[in-house]
Amino acid sequence: MPSTTDPRTKDDLSQAGESASSADTAHGGARDHVPAGWVQRDTENGARHLDATPDDGGVDHTPVRLIDPDGTRHEVPELDRWLDDVDDAAMLGLYTDMVAARRIDTEATALQRQGQLGLWPPMLGQEAAQIGSSRALREDDFVFSSYREQGVAYVRGIAPTDLLRVWRGAAPSGWDPYEYRMAPMQVIIGAQTLHAVGYAVGLLLETATAGSGAHGGIGVSRPDSDGPDAPERTSATISYFGDGATSQGDVHEAMTFASTWSAPTVFFCQNNQWAISEPVDLQSKVPLVERARGYGMPGVRVDGNDVLAVLAVTREALHRARAGLGPTFIEAVTYRMGPHTTADDPTRYRDRSDLEEWSGRDPIARLAAHLRDRGVLDDDAEAAAQQTADEVAATMRAGVYAVADPDWSTVFDHVYAEPHAVLDAERDAYGRYLAGFADNDTQEAAR
Amino acid sequence: MSDMTLGQGLNTGLRQSLADDDKVVLLGEDIGSLGGVFRVTDKLQSEFGPHRVIDTPLAESGILGTAIGMAWRGFRPVVEIQFDGFVQPAWDQIVNQVAKMHARTVGRVTMPITVRIPVAGGIGAAEHHSESPEAYFVHTAGLRVVSVSNPQDACTVLRQSIASDDPVIFFEPKRLYHVKGPVEVEPLESALPMSRARVVRPGHDVTVVTWGSHVAGALDAAEAMKDDGVSVEVVDLRSLSPWDSETVVESVRRTGRVVVVHEGPRQGGVGADICSVVTERCFADLAMPPVRVTGHDVPYPPAKVEGHYVPDMDRVCYGIDQALGRVPFETFTPATSTEVAA
Ligand SMILES: Cc1ncc(C[n+]2csc(CCOP(=O)(O)OP(=O)(O)O)c2C)c(N)n1
Ligand SMILES: [Mg+2]
Repeated sequence: MPSTTDPRTKDDLSQAGESASSADTAHGGARDHVPAGWVQRDTENGARHLDATPDDGGVDHTPVRLIDPDGTRHEVPELDRWLDDVDDAAMLGLYTDMVAARRIDTEATALQRQGQLGLWPPMLGQEAAQIGSSRALREDDFVFSSYREQGVAYVRGIAPTDLLRVWRGAAPSGWDPYEYRMAPMQVIIGAQTLHAVGYAVGLLLETATAGSGAHGGIGVSRPDSDGPDAPERTSATISYFGDGATSQGDVHEAMTFASTWSAPTVFFCQNNQWAISEPVDLQSKVPLVERARGYGMPGVRVDGNDVLAVLAVTREALHRARAGLGPTFIEAVTYRMGPHTTADDPTRYRDRSDLEEWSGRDPIARLAAHLRDRGVLDDDAEAAAQQTADEVAATMRAGVYAVADPDWSTVFDHVYAEPHAVLDAERDAYGRYLAGFADNDTQEAAR
Repeated sequence: MSDMTLGQGLNTGLRQSLADDDKVVLLGEDIGSLGGVFRVTDKLQSEFGPHRVIDTPLAESGILGTAIGMAWRGFRPVVEIQFDGFVQPAWDQIVNQVAKMHARTVGRVTMPITVRIPVAGGIGAAEHHSESPEAYFVHTAGLRVVSVSNPQDACTVLRQSIASDDPVIFFEPKRLYHVKGPVEVEPLESALPMSRARVVRPGHDVTVVTWGSHVAGALDAAEAMKDDGVSVEVVDLRSLSPWDSETVVESVRRTGRVVVVHEGPRQGGVGADICSVVTERCFADLAMPPVRVTGHDVPYPPAKVEGHYVPDMDRVCYGIDQALGRVPFETFTPATSTEVAA
């Protein structure tokens, strides 16, 4: 199977000829004065780093993949068995979702540049990871995401305008989490992974076998089969987080708790190679997927720019969770094509060549090539997808213009679930203070 | 002496400290090639090397915890926390570990760690990017806490913090990063000690005590009140732990009226402590109860309404009017809010 490797894996360095695609080898090339076992990174601003290469420990870390960057489709039985129902129409649906997600993203970036939003974290390049994984979810599964999962929110049915309320600075959160089964996006890196585990444990506690874990604690009796036919007993949760987040203690604790309690949860790590300016090898000397083993859960490294492969591995992981087989860690290998946020300047820390290399692996172009080969996607279908996306973007833009600034009194709302005398007094006092200005204005006007 | 922004003042202070003492190391997220999200560490990694200016993995508890180990080994770590809201994951390491180490080792181990934290709001930022957490740290014995209001203090007080054998929480008001002023790399021996407040505008009717980004607002208010015939003295507290009660008490004894302005929430805020001490020490001199102008007891609100949270010049003027008895005195407590009438 051809490989799409993390640009900093050993594979890539040794330019393993027969297995590397042209896009992969583009990153290799002569590296002077770099001792074996080390990799040099030069950045345009002159910084030079020398890092140990990730040690693969003899394990093949080639991400699993179904569609090559040029659109070639491979049969991989272990993955394909999760895609029986994914026909041409469904693939066209995935394609349209990705086009729409990208359109939301570029429109939001434009809205930020025009001053309509305070900030925006682009997901450009991560469409397949987000659409593939969120299309694997059932309606009753619950999502705990970071701030960049706009594609996931879109698939959950959240109106893009509601998505933007927070980034406009007009609301603390944009939607009812119970209605869409998606928590407000988390800014504190990694915190949401624990929430996903706790929610999943809640699901377990509601089942009849709640006390069948180790020492009679939280757990669930294991099913006989671990294949698609194993009966599902609960819904599941999924947490989304980045490569950088894997360094946070919260994420490690979440994996420990999930594993020890066999929580029906999926850890979906989008390794987009960067945590702001820090490359992934600053967070880990081994591929992130290796973390899973230490916590006692399966780990899957998937080509995050291949929507079908992502769909398949996430379906399997969610199925395992719902069937009582415990958590799974998924590392979706992808790339953050844009800046960290609209406030970031990536030219300070990364090379343009990286971008060029990864644009050759574009998730949308890849599925499009495959669908064209199959005769499913023609110019009309492409235009139709684009039109859907344009409409979503137009509705979103109009919606954002219509978002009113909140009233002053909202500052005091919902701080507590029950009345709080001090806060009520503060609200009253501030109201009197503001009313004083109104009185002054009336007096001025009367003069 | 040259004109520079507060951010550049900090950069200058860091550069000088790195040059003065090879035990000084900088730790943080994105502080290397990026130079930090506010560019405070701009070019320092290329000047001093990746072993002095260290990009860490993304984990605040890890950063503080390893800084503690380095301090054990005789280093002077200067930690950058990217935004105020991100210091909380390091809570245990700061409050249980850094703060107590000197006491629990009976003075044998010092923790000369400086924790730089961009602080406060008013910049239209996202959630967790506009917090004023100073009271938590002031409440923690063993930590010194400072906040700077101008480029010169940014440079000097940062150098003093790094040179201090105690851990220092160093607040950098984000709103001021681009404010310009003269900066000189002054000899630390003759500089104003970092624990001392500074009277930045003399006056005789009311004392306004504040720090950080609110010094400018207080000065604006003082100017506005001047047109009203009121002479306002403004004290830039600079250090919140210890805080310079001598300078404040001396001022309030003269003016008989005090207004404390801070952005952090009111309940249990630093202003409460200052007002309490002023009441104890200046009871007979006070013409009115001390006034607090603060953020509300709410989570920092979304950007579009942050103007209703962050005390602005009008609210400071209103506080001064309360201290002068020109408007009803608000206690912000239930039922009694209008009991103290002018
Ligand atoms: C606790 C905490 N520390 C620091 C930050 C600042 N910060 C925001 S995003 C980010 C990088 C995150 O990288 P990664 O986890 O890879 O996610 P990505 O942004 O690439 O999606 C950092 C350091 C934060 N939001 N929360
Ligand atoms: Mg990342």
